[in-house]
Amino acid sequence: MSPNKIDRKDVIVFDRVNKWYGDLHVLKDISLNIAKGEKWVICGPSGSGKSTLIRCINALEPHQEGDLYVNGDKLIDSLAHTSRIRQQVGMVFQQFNLFPHLTALENCTLALIQVKKLTEQQATELAMHYLTRVHIAEKAQQYPNQLSGGQQQRVALARALVMEPEIMLFDEPTSALDPEMIKEVLDAMIELAESGMTMICVTHEMGFARQVADQIVFMDEGEIIETAPPTEFFDHAKCARTQQFLKQILSHN
Amino acid sequence: MNRYVQWLRNNVFSGPVDCFITLSLGLFLWWAMGPLLDWLVIDAVFSGTSNEQCNPDAACWIFIREFLPQFIFGFYPEDERWRVSLAAATAILLLLIFFLINRYFPKNHSIRIAFPWVVLIAYPTISITLLYGSFLGVNIFGLNIVETHQWGGLFLTLIIAVSGIVGAFPLGIALALGRQSELPVIRAFCRIFIEVWRGVPLITVLFMASVMLPLFLPNNIDINKLVRALLCIMLFSSAYLAEVIRGGLQSLPSGQQEAASALGLSYWQQMRYIILPQALQQVIPGIVNTFIGLFKDTTLVLIIGLFDFLGIVQAAASNAQWLGHAIEGYIFAAMVFWCFCFLMSRYSLHLENKNRIQL
Repeated sequence: MSPNKIDRKDVIVFDRVNKWYGDLHVLKDISLNIAKGEKWVICGPSGSGKSTLIRCINALEPHQEGDLYVNGDKLIDSLAHTSRIRQQVGMVFQQFNLFPHLTALENCTLALIQVKKLTEQQATELAMHYLTRVHIAEKAQQYPNQLSGGQQQRVALARALVMEPEIMLFDEPTSALDPEMIKEVLDAMIELAESGMTMICVTHEMGFARQVADQIVFMDEGEIIETAPPTEFFDHAKCARTQQFLKQILSHN
Repeated sequence: MNRYVQWLRNNVFSGPVDCFITLSLGLFLWWAMGPLLDWLVIDAVFSGTSNEQCNPDAACWIFIREFLPQFIFGFYPEDERWRVSLAAATAILLLLIFFLINRYFPKNHSIRIAFPWVVLIAYPTISITLLYGSFLGVNIFGLNIVETHQWGGLFLTLIIAVSGIVGAFPLGIALALGRQSELPVIRAFCRIFIEVWRGVPLITVLFMASVMLPLFLPNNIDINKLVRALLCIMLFSSAYLAEVIRGGLQSLPSGQQEAASALGLSYWQQMRYIILPQALQQVIPGIVNTFIGLFKDTTLVLIIGLFDFLGIVQAAASNAQWLGHAIEGYIFAAMVFWCFCFLMSRYSLHLENKNRIQL
């Protein structure tokens, strides 16, 4: 029996985590240690399990074997526990997933009022602070479908940040964006990285990875193939599969 | 003037074929509507007090006028009818206040949230006290008891329809959510409930509730016939409603619930603030469709001996002194039903458009 609490500086620990969808083995013996303030980029071909990996961290997907620790707490199958973990972990999705029936501001204040039990005024102040930080305060009263993709994604970022999480997860945050809007979202993410946030990003933006990442993970078929800092990863990748993936993606970029 | 000529030329006389169709339809209408208008209005009798004054070849609207109080109040004692009127007036007043509050207070204002709940608890208590005379054995106003078998007419129809709608709506939501639950027992219960109620004709259900249920219950327990009919209609409609709402739930992308989960919202918070507002908005036409169906199904309570609006009209049509006016009665009943259904339909359109910009 593994301990329920671990005492170490790593805020996220995967200890031989396995996950199946039916018979399909989507995560194979994943072990990772991510320290506070580190920025990790996870890349790999589609279907390699990278989204599933980060979705395990806030228990959007359950894992079947192995242990996963967030902030020293082991993820267990309990509603109260899961809710507490989720308040410490923010997430930005590929399809933004803003709530279309609420304004940008209401998207940000909802969880503050309902989960953190702030008053409406406190919540509004905090939300406006973060909307300002992602440079979208002037759109606070607009509904999501009145905003461009890039603006929606920045609102989604603010919505996650207002909860003041210690860890931020990004699931291909720029993949659904038109090319001219990618930069505004990446800039907001770089600003966030500079503030010292612990970040785990699934992305194909190799420029972003080179600039921001402490470690880059390459996954294929549910396995971690290689983990390395950017300079080593881009210039001296050890595995043939990594080299091939990089060649494809960099020639495209 | 020119504009109308232009419109006619563009829309109904834009070519030889169009002209032909327009003229033939016009002729047909003139041919068909003439006698109808004669019967309905021109030759019809509007004033008078007895059957003898009527024209046997045209409508006799005196009949409707003479029986109008009965159509509205049923067999409710004449001296006590002010109680029904007062309950109705209160309902209209509360509805008016509701619309005014929604118009002049912001979306999350506490008055706007609290008002419907207060009304939902207070109004049934007051109106039952008023209409029946006492509520749960408490008779605070000292009114005479008017048993429910004396209730009838339009007011009974409205009572059944409104309480059916108010009861079926939350129940339908609960069933729709239950049917998608991860807990197998709840899911199975909701599925069986929905399939059973949807698979049986309402007449059968009403009949069973009024004739067979008393056979199974102990002698000293007597559930009022009206209450039984109400429950049947409520449960019956909730099964239909549940399926409509489930359609709305399924139309939402799964990302909505994921995003809400990721923020730490609990299941009920997700449903209350994220999923249901969107799902219900999506299926307003289907919900209103079910409500209109429920409203018209209330006429079936006649077979268990409750005289709803249509039942009273039919009863009046077989009154010995006023024989031969069933058609007028049915036309009147149809018009009244149509008005209420049309009102619901317009309100649903208004709700649909109100939030269209966002979705």
